[in-house]
Amino acid sequence: MSVRRLAAVQPDSFAFKPETLEKANWWIAKYPENRRQSAVIPILWLIQKQEGWVSEPAIAVVAEMLGMARIRVYEVATFYTMFMLEPVGSAALIQVCGTTPCQLRGSEALMKVCKDKIGPKDKLSADGKFYWQEVECLGACTNAPMAQINDYFYEDLTPDNLAQIIDDFAAGKTPKTGPYNGRFTSEPLGGATTLKDPSLYDGSAAKPLKIPNAPEAEVKA
Amino acid sequence: MVGILEDKDRIFTNLYGFHDWGLEGAKQRGCWNATKDILSYGRDWIITNVKNSGLRGRGGAGFSTGLKWSFMPKEVKDRPHYLVVNADESEPGTCKDREIMRHDPHLLIEGCLIASFAMQAHACYIYIRGEYVFERERLEAAIKQAYEAKLVGKNNVHGWDFDIYVHHGGGAYICGEETALLESLEGKKGQPRLKPPFPAGAGLYGCPTTVNNVESIAVVGTILRRGAAWFAGFGAQNNTGTKLFCISGHVERPCNVEEAMSIPFRQLIEDHCGGIRGGWGNLKAVIPGGSSVPMIPAEQCENMPMDFDTLRGLGSGLGTAAVIVMDKSTDLIKAIARLSYFYKHESCGQCTPCREGTGWMWRVMERMAKGDADPKEIDILLDVTKQVEGHTICALGDAAAWPIQGLIRHFRHEIEDRIAQYRSSKGNFAGHSIAAE
Repeated sequence: MSVRRLAAVQPDSFAFKPETLEKANWWIAKYPENRRQSAVIPILWLIQKQEGWVSEPAIAVVAEMLGMARIRVYEVATFYTMFMLEPVGSAALIQVCGTTPCQLRGSEALMKVCKDKIGPKDKLSADGKFYWQEVECLGACTNAPMAQINDYFYEDLTPDNLAQIIDDFAAGKTPKTGPYNGRFTSEPLGGATTLKDPSLYDGSAAKPLKIPNAPEAEVKA
Repeated sequence: MVGILEDKDRIFTNLYGFHDWGLEGAKQRGCWNATKDILSYGRDWIITNVKNSGLRGRGGAGFSTGLKWSFMPKEVKDRPHYLVVNADESEPGTCKDREIMRHDPHLLIEGCLIASFAMQAHACYIYIRGEYVFERERLEAAIKQAYEAKLVGKNNVHGWDFDIYVHHGGGAYICGEETALLESLEGKKGQPRLKPPFPAGAGLYGCPTTVNNVESIAVVGTILRRGAAWFAGFGAQNNTGTKLFCISGHVERPCNVEEAMSIPFRQLIEDHCGGIRGGWGNLKAVIPGGSSVPMIPAEQCENMPMDFDTLRGLGSGLGTAAVIVMDKSTDLIKAIARLSYFYKHESCGQCTPCREGTGWMWRVMERMAKGDADPKEIDILLDVTKQVEGHTICALGDAAAWPIQGLIRHFRHEIEDRIAQYRSSKGNFAGHSIAAE
């Protein structure tokens, strides 16, 4: 398991922005009336979107909001590794997947780029713009190696691509997401080997059809 | 022809997102066609046909989906029934559910309605991993379309009141385990529950619940539209249907592809991935079903049908059909050591053998990757994996043990060589002088 602690330096208070609060209430409404606690992960994530990280005062506010003991929210914030417990870079949080499928395709070279350009992992960069981590499998293994930057996936990366992406973020731009080797999504590079039959897409599948081995009419309903 | 399966028999016709993911596009491709008829045939008909199709759960365990549905109480009593869809796709190597949710989300939504109707659930939660932000946004948008078109929701055109909600996680692999997922959905740490009670008796909020994988649910609509016999016509006996394969690692062109179950390994790789990097002779080993299953050495792979029973017979498993290919340039010990780190990182800490064992196994694996170990430790490591396996609440302990067991089973000589190499490079190590006497 991973051992995680709250940051040593904490802000004095936390307050929801109106739009964050609105989204938080939208999440709470998804669950039965007496099960507000279910919304704890989505709300902590919204807070992270607002503040960049999850602070101790924010944990207290969520506990109050959902009728939970503080320790229960604290447990959730420290258990789930997506929650950043200290401030992250203002330009980008870069999470390079390091698990075996990405490792086989060159994630170590990507991490070297991060180290050279940003500094040691799990630390805010000197200029405060970047923070990078090695994370576990992000579930885009056929597009390895890849990284999640801020919220989205950057796939099929080379060290040069990643260096350029970091430079772009530093310059205030938002580089395009998705694969960087010329393919569209997860089809084989150079073109899909399947799904070429035009009749799949001409609407013929939408015509009225008779369900096979349907029961006799009198058994219906 | 490329592969075995013909285009006309593919379920995920927008797998790569070349076409419209939205409601209109999905309808054009056959989704939501005759859904009302399917529901009108009743619950028993649906469950019987899903059973007859031979569909086995696509999340890794391969348990009959229809049978699982039949475990739900026959009548709704004081507690509501729930369907929970496991979209916490985190098994290293696996990236198929992602494609369904971002490119064919309506197949999943339609499947949720049919499955919920069959199990008398009026509410369904889709638990998607937190990192899939784009996929979640896409799925939310598709659900909104379905609500607006009155395909789901209260008083919908199908006549079964049904609410569907997306929930997300916080980046914990363990939440792919169904009871940990339920804990997490209830707003707690994702620590697996003891079973029994099984979720069908007491699941989400203590109510009868069935947890199914995204792919298992998303194929249901098409199976019923085309008939159980159609689906059962692909693959070997007891291993039927079409399946999404995720091929990563050292192939020329890694990709996701839908193929017939039981397709021979070599055909899958040659036809869709352009072969092994550096040619077929360069293949070293394959992890055929996601990181949790033991690897299989190259010589056993060539004609191996990719299905549950064959791979189990080879001491491995189909798992999620996430095929991780490793060529001869691969440092297998390092590759498995990295997986050991993964399991150490993802252990929830509840059971001592797993919490302590995964860290211990990782540290030893790191030393073995360097060669800084004693040959005797290989057997000690193997013994520890057996002490972890089967002694934990959930299968994460097993999943941490199996990759190491697979490595030692097939490539013990590589570990021994590494140790010998390390020792000769040092010239002097503890016990060296004794060994020289």
